[in-house]
Formats: sequence, structure tokens, C-alpha cells
Amino acid sequence: MPNMSLTKVPVPEQDAKVRSRNFEEVCLGYTKEQAMEEATRCLNCKNKPCVGGCPVNIHIPEFIAKVAEGDFKAAYEIISDTNALPGVSGRVCPQESQCEKYCVRGIKGEPVAIGRLERFVADWYRENINEMPVKPESNGIRVAVVGSGPASLTCASDLAKQGYQVTMFEAFHTAGGVLVYGIPEFRLPKAIVANEVEKLTAMGVDLETDMVVGKTYTIDEMFEEGYEAVFVGSGAGLPMFMGIDGETLAGVYSANEYLTRINLMKAYLNSYDTPIKKIKRAAIVGGGNVAMDAARCAMRMGAEHVYVVYRRGEEEMPARREEIHHAKEEGIEFLFLNNPVKILGDEKGCVRAMECIKMELGEPDASGRRRPIEVPGSEFELEVDAVIMSLGTSPNPLIRSTTPGLDTNKKGCLIADEETMATTREGVYAGGDAVTGAATVILAMGAGKKAAEAMDKYLKEKHSK
Amino acid sequence: MVKIVRKQVLNPSVTLLEVEAPRIAKKAQAGQFIILRLDEKGERIPLTIGDYDREKGTITIMFQKVGLTTQLLGDLNEGDTIQDFVGPLGQPTRPELGENIKRVCVVGGGVGCAIAYPQAKSLHAEGIEVDVIAGFRSKDIVILEEEFKAASDHFYLTTDDGTYGEKGFVTDKLKALIEAGNQYDAVIAIGPVPMMKFVSKTTEPYGIKTLVSLNPIMIDGTGMCGCCRVTVGGKMKFACVDGPDFDGHQVDFDELMNRNSVYREREAQEKERHACRMEQLAHDMIH
Repeated sequence: MPNMSLTKVPVPEQDAKVRSRNFEEVCLGYTKEQAMEEATRCLNCKNKPCVGGCPVNIHIPEFIAKVAEGDFKAAYEIISDTNALPGVSGRVCPQESQCEKYCVRGIKGEPVAIGRLERFVADWYRENINEMPVKPESNGIRVAVVGSGPASLTCASDLAKQGYQVTMFEAFHTAGGVLVYGIPEFRLPKAIVANEVEKLTAMGVDLETDMVVGKTYTIDEMFEEGYEAVFVGSGAGLPMFMGIDGETLAGVYSANEYLTRINLMKAYLNSYDTPIKKIKRAAIVGGGNVAMDAARCAMRMGAEHVYVVYRRGEEEMPARREEIHHAKEEGIEFLFLNNPVKILGDEKGCVRAMECIKMELGEPDASGRRRPIEVPGSEFELEVDAVIMSLGTSPNPLIRSTTPGLDTNKKGCLIADEETMATTREGVYAGGDAVTGAATVILAMGAGKKAAEAMDKYLKEKHSK
Repeated sequence: MVKIVRKQVLNPSVTLLEVEAPRIAKKAQAGQFIILRLDEKGERIPLTIGDYDREKGTITIMFQKVGLTTQLLGDLNEGDTIQDFVGPLGQPTRPELGENIKRVCVVGGGVGCAIAYPQAKSLHAEGIEVDVIAGFRSKDIVILEEEFKAASDHFYLTTDDGTYGEKGFVTDKLKALIEAGNQYDAVIAIGPVPMMKFVSKTTEPYGIKTLVSLNPIMIDGTGMCGCCRVTVGGKMKFACVDGPDFDGHQVDFDELMNRNSVYREREAQEKERHACRMEQLAHDMIH
């Protein structure tokens, strides 16, 4: 008899007051008992709408049934059959708009906590078994994967499973892409990402860090040196600025810089050499998940006031509801319907304040959201000593500008077939933010998966001739 | 991870290291830089490629011990390794100069001479007439004198205190050479920000194209964070991907100096007693 509770089994979290000053994980995850109890809420329905909502098509009811039985190892094997990064996706996926959105239990009451269960299973496996995968027999065909973010990790994993000899090229010194430099430790512990990368190398994937493709090494050279197909998962890492006065003052950061210093370079730990500015009052400009991450980091770095300045209203914020909720609990102050006009400096060239103007919402624009319009004469100064611009990112031009035959659209995104992820150049596939512009981890993983399938097909055909 | 194959102490604060980095050596061109990280807890710092040997597969870097990381780097010896070494990054200088260049004056200030040297060398090797003005605070920190002589048609050395070469600043010498009728198609200035600023001011009235190699704070060096942004001709540029060379007459130097001072407090704490000689030099040159 299924558990007919209308609500999810609550998940323990660190107290908001305590956690707002540390970098430890906010969500503590289910215990065995909690996971098994929640798992019994799943009706194991026939048409499994949840699976269709998952970009990597995890066999959701099957793994949940195993959780309910207490066979967590079997549950893990079912998940990892289709998902290369369960410890990651269980934490950072916007389940409310993916798998859980389609859960039958969500029609009346809350959906099954699929994300929390996935996370529980991945954590349980890592803590209790942590067996490294066996290296599949090699088919001797070399493929290159550019970047090591979620799209690339997934693609490399799927190709390695098929026996391809995969080399992954990463520009930074650590693999993981946005999972290591962007998403903070308190949402995604870096040890989990490292563990996923370790599993990949156990499968025989060679990881080459410090390789800036387009500079150190080009895609043409890869083909010359014997790689037979290339996947480009280089992401969208180029930060945008507003183009307003004062953006080059000391104390103005892109969210990418601020988060890279903290997450990748561990500037929040004194034993690391990378410095970071001590901020008293921070303004974060933007309303996405990256803005939430930057705001919550600034709070953890000891800021007294952290303002999120967003030009639309709370309803229009693209950030996950859960993150907005967490940020509010941690004392982040939201200034909705406000837009920066200029940043003001003191006599030393440091940020002193940000001039904002009030906005009101007009008619819906192309994105379907109501367009913000300035309220004349409503300018005011917000006293801050740092401004973190979190306005979005676009793909880096380094690869497209050094690879002949690789076409891009007006926004600089690589053009790739929606089904096969094939680019305009033979043998080159692409996926994730490099193709879509800044999107989500799970969509990047889905693209990496599709590309791996198409690359396998392409290479098999090529070799059967 | 790269191995140090040669170490040479150029003066009490400037050290040369030659490291094995074949992929970088294959592609490197004058004006480009690398980013390195010493170890797991290290920061990423940019250093200009001082020289490269495509056959040996090595890259040479020259750096001044100004802070924690460069101090530690300077303590490394032949056979030691550097954990991360990334490059070549940035745009090479040569295309910026254009095709019809016949005579160039390369101006180096202090440790900037280590970066000016590969510029002089590659232009000289191309058959372009190269004059070099190398400026130092005093005799005890002079570097690369013989190398510059071999890589230039005319070599001028200045010291602020007159202890060696001609007394005075590089800008005095540059002005004198221009006034004396020397025709330069371009001037390349590399050194502390104030020095590059004043070289640009010196050449501006004569309308001589002047390239400066900017040294803002960097993290990734691949264009993903904008830490190194500078204002050139009123537009925002990322020095790591658009530069590091820019038209000196278009650069907002005061803004760059200001941005470079953001972490001074923290840096001072870290290195404690190691005075920043580069800044001192820059200071001396203005006053």
C-alpha cells in the first residue's frame, strides 16, 4: 500500500543563521529511513511521465522501487546506467520543471521527491561502496572531448562505456567546468565532482588539464593527431557587463570572477593564496541562479548587507524558487523592480554606491515576461562597496575563431543539429551551453548524451566502410 | 605539470626560469603570456613569455619577486616542477604593428625589460631596425644588457640615479632621440603602468604609433571572468583575450593603476616585509 501523504518527507537542512556564515552544504540529505519512506510515495505508474521529463531519461520508478526495498546498490546501478553524474544532478537539477513537474502525485499534493532520492542513492553509494567502474575493452578509436563541464563529462562517460579511447581537454587546472568554478560548495560539494571525475578516469578517460583549445591546441590538430571525432562542450563562460559608468571601478566584479575566486581558487579559505576583497555591503545585479549563488557567497564571506538588484519582479526571476527561498532565509535583501544606472566611486577609485532607478512592468516582451520600464525621476543611491554583475554569459569565441568550418549563430552559439548535436563540420559535435547559451546542468548532460549516441553511430559507420 | 630545466638569477630580484612545455613552445609568439599555478593552494598568475625554443620545447619566463607567489617561484630550482602552466595566451604583438614597419623603438622599464627583450629579438630577427631604451632604477638591477645589444641596432641604457649608462628616465631618452630626428614607425613600451603612461604621453604629440603591454590582475586568462578588463578608446576590453598589447594613446592608465591596487592590503599582509620594488620604481619614475 503506497504512502499517500500529500507532502514530501521533509529534508533536514542547516539552520539558516548558522549556514549563512559557512560554506558547508545547506541541504543535509535524507537518512535511509527518510529515503525509504519517501520512496513509498511513488505509485510506480505505468506511463512513467517523470522519465519523459528527465533529459537523461533515468529509469525513475525502477530506482525508487529499489530504494523502497532498501536495496540502494541496485538503485544506484539503475541510475548510473543512464546518468553519469547522479551526485550532481540530484543536487542542482531544477526538478520542479523537469522530472517532478510530471509526477502524477504532484496533481494533488507534492510530487515524489525524485531529486532528493537520487541524491540519497548517489551519496549512499559513494559513502558505502564507492566502487570504481571497470574499464571497458577498448575499441582503439580515439575521440576528443573539449571542456569538462556537465555536457563533456556525460559525453565522455557514455563514449568510454562503448569502448572509445577518450581524451578530455580542460582549460582550467581542475575538471568540472561550472560544477567547480560556478556552483558553490554549499550547494554542490567539490568532493562529489572530484569523485565523478575519478570514476571517469577509472573508465579509461584521459584528462588533460591546462589545455586551452584554440590556443594550446586546435581542433584541426586533434584530427591530424588521430582523433576521429570531437565533442565541443566548452560552455558559455564569457561574462556580460551593462556598459554603464563606473563598471571598471575597484570592487566591481563579474559573477564569474567572484565565484571563480571563491569556488575554484578557494579564496574563502585562508590557506589558499588567491585574495578576495572584504565586502561590507554588496549589490548583486541580476535574478538568475548565478546571482543567488554570488549573493549567498557574499553573505558567507562576511558581508553585513547583501542586496539583489533585479529589474523585474519576484515572479519573473529566472532563479529556482528553492534558491530564492534559501537566499531570503539567509538574510539576502531583494530590491525588485530596480535597475542600476551607474556605479559611483570614492576618491580612491573604489565603489562607494550604485545609482539605481525604479522600474515598473509594461507589456510582455519576446520572452513572454512583462517588460520593465524606468520610472522617471525615481533615481536613488544604494550605498555599497562592491557590485557583482550577474547578467548572464555567452560562449567564448576562442574555439569558433580557430576552427574553420564551425558555424555559429548571431549570439556566437555553435550551430548543432537538435537530434544528433552534429555541427557544420564533419566529425565535430557540440552540446550544452556552447550551443544553447547559458542554460542548465541537466540540459547540458542531456546534450552530451545525445552527442555520444550520434558520435558512436558516426564512427561505427565510418569504420564499417 | 612542467619541469624547470634552467634557472638563472638575473639580479637580486629578477629570476629567469626555462621550463619544458613543448605544446606551448610550438605556438608561442612575442607578446603572448602564460598563466601558472605553483601548487594545489596556489593562485594563478600571468607572466609574459620571455623566450621560446620550439626545437627544445621550452618556454622562458622572467619575473620579479614582488609578492608571495613570485617569491616562492624564485625559490624553485632546476629539476623542480610547477603544477600548472597554461598558454600561450593573449594576442601576439606582431600583427598589431602592421606590414610596413621599418624602424621600431622598444622601451623597457625595470623588469619590463624581460618582456621587451623578446619583442626586440623577434623584430630584429625579421630585419626591422630596432632601437632599445632600457631603463633601471640603478646599476644593481640592470638585466639583459648583452642580450639587448645583440637584439638591437642601437641600445641605450638609462638609470634614474645615474649609477650606470645615462642618468635619467626612459622618456627623457626617447624624447631626445625623436627630437634628434630619429624616425620611428612604432614605439613598444613595456614596464610599470606609470612608465607606459608617460611613454605614451611622450610619443602622442609626434603621432608615433605606441603599443603598450598591459598588466592588469588576471585569474583565468581565457576571457571568462573580466577581471583584467581595461578601457581602451572608451571601450571595455579584456586584456587576456583582446590584448595584452593596446594602443597606448587610447588606454585609460589611471583606471588600470587603480584596479591593480584592489588587493594591495592582502598582498602586503602575505609578503609582509618584501617591499614591492616594482611599485617603488614606478613611483620614482613619476616624481
